[in-house]
Amino acid sequence: MFYREAGDFKTTYPEDAQTFPIQFDRVRYYAVLAIAFGVIPFFINDYWANAVFVPFLIYAIAAIGLNILTGYCGQVSLGTGGFMAVGAYACYKLMTSFPEVSILIHVLLAGGITACVGVLFGLPSLRIKGFYLAVATLAAQFFLVWLFNKVPWFYNYSASGQINSPERTVLGHFVTGPNTSAAAKYLFCLVILFALAWVARNLTRGTIGRRWMAIRDMDIAAEIIGVNPLTAKLSAFAVSSFFIGVAGALFFAVYLGAAEVGEVFGINKSFLVLFMVIIGGLGSIFGSFAGAAFLVLLPVFLKNVLVEGMGWPTDLAAHIELMIVGGLIVVFLILEPHGLAQLWRLTKEKLRLWPFPH
Amino acid sequence: MSAQPAVNTEGYTTADGRKIGGVLMEMKNITLRFGGVVAIKDISFDIREGEIRAIIGPNGAGKSSMLNVISGFYVPTEGEVWFKGYRRGPMKPYQVAQLGIARTFQNIALFDGMTVLDNIMTGRLTLMKTGLLAQAMWWGAAQKEESAHREKVEKIIDFLEIQAIRKTPVGRLPYGLKKRVELARALAAEPKILLLDEPMAGMNVEEKEDMCRFILDVNDEFGTTICLIEHDMGVVMDLSDRVVVMDYGKKIGDGTPDEVRANPEVIAAYLGVAHD
Repeated sequence: MFYREAGDFKTTYPEDAQTFPIQFDRVRYYAVLAIAFGVIPFFINDYWANAVFVPFLIYAIAAIGLNILTGYCGQVSLGTGGFMAVGAYACYKLMTSFPEVSILIHVLLAGGITACVGVLFGLPSLRIKGFYLAVATLAAQFFLVWLFNKVPWFYNYSASGQINSPERTVLGHFVTGPNTSAAAKYLFCLVILFALAWVARNLTRGTIGRRWMAIRDMDIAAEIIGVNPLTAKLSAFAVSSFFIGVAGALFFAVYLGAAEVGEVFGINKSFLVLFMVIIGGLGSIFGSFAGAAFLVLLPVFLKNVLVEGMGWPTDLAAHIELMIVGGLIVVFLILEPHGLAQLWRLTKEKLRLWPFPH
Repeated sequence: MSAQPAVNTEGYTTADGRKIGGVLMEMKNITLRFGGVVAIKDISFDIREGEIRAIIGPNGAGKSSMLNVISGFYVPTEGEVWFKGYRRGPMKPYQVAQLGIARTFQNIALFDGMTVLDNIMTGRLTLMKTGLLAQAMWWGAAQKEESAHREKVEKIIDFLEIQAIRKTPVGRLPYGLKKRVELARALAAEPKILLLDEPMAGMNVEEKEDMCRFILDVNDEFGTTICLIEHDMGVVMDLSDRVVVMDYGKKIGDGTPDEVRANPEVIAAYLGVAHD
């Protein structure tokens, strides 16, 4: 009964175009923000930060990035892991080369560098589509991982071939390195995610988003209407790679602290983020959050239930998790290709009329 | 484009008293070949400002190819396209759109995943100028521009009477409404010249009447020049000021509906000739 739009009239176009046009949604959105910024940081501990919140926040950034490219612009990419690696290594090189500059700037610059690399690997999209493009981005994935393994300059000639993030502070609090508090990690990622999600929403609701969606839905018609396919596709690659690069930088610097490219940013990562986008919902910012939350929480949940609750061996639980994720992908592709976001949308449409559906 | 303004400024007055202006677009000796197939053979005609120009002909006559040449989707093998007194060189389709040439398609080419409103707003994107960064910030320039364009789009929505489906995804709409939304999207670009590829195809009588009314209203209220392809002879003869008739890639008639109707070659192409 709370979910009503009757009497909620819009008198200006900006009001009509806002992200949460229904008042109840808006209130709930502010409540979520208040809890995320005002409550969780005071209660978060290392377990919750490392197992749930920080990976969720970072994967949400990556999922939004991939969703812009695949969900909004219709260009399939399997290079997410490789682009995250570019972000991570760019951030590492910047952190070690310019230690006096703030990590926040490094993370954003790492995103910028990834955007350039993304545009480069996006060039084939001007000629090829669909599966063929997916294979071309797969080449990017393998090439980038190989590059960061092969050229010692990228990992500063360290003997192990690993990169380790040095200690850095923001406003006097450690955000990277062993002395970082759980709350600092969480807040650092949260602020970046909040800003980037806001940017993504703005881009996708305006002209640029419509250019991307036009290319996705019918590229020939889009071109005849006046969309330049070159700039539309490459801008999608650039923005998407920026997000993914920032996610990669945070994943390495804040979450892991140390990384080896083949293990962390391999093809598995590309698929994981792609699954997040598919399960969450293609072409939806909310879907990116939902997908990231789902695939981050699922292993934690299964571990708690199967291993601790029912006493199963860990490896069996891990295999079952893979099977469940695989099964869910198939189920979602068949039953609800638009993912959790579409389920959510349907629920809301039902709620609008509930309890008087006629 | 060479600077050679050679606009024919003298117009004419139609039977119902509308003033038609000078030549807006001129096709000079257009030939279009696909390998050995000649789709269009040495056709010349002009489109004048403010008029409704029809291209008719039997199936396979090359009408749609002609429209694709006008809209820049095909580059003619020989011949020249003149627009607003300048010769138009080979261009990408999106550049042609920026010149002010909009079109609809025979089989609807809307963006199914987007709402009606977004589809029509997409029609205006050649007129929207804010850059990536301003868009990312939203507040300020981008929002102001969005609202200004939204106002224009709402006028077109009112004009075509599709207010109720504003926020419906296009994929859910029935055929007749989709055709109307496509017209709205083309109109949103405020085109100098509007190309309609079989706007009445597959419609029932009522829908056809609606569409005719919209086409006449567009021409009348916005002064838009319209070039259309249509099979329904009644519609063509009623709507258009001048008609080009094509058959097997050649032009066999050009003139007012009455002139064309009396043309023996046209009658032969449509009805066949008696062999004695």
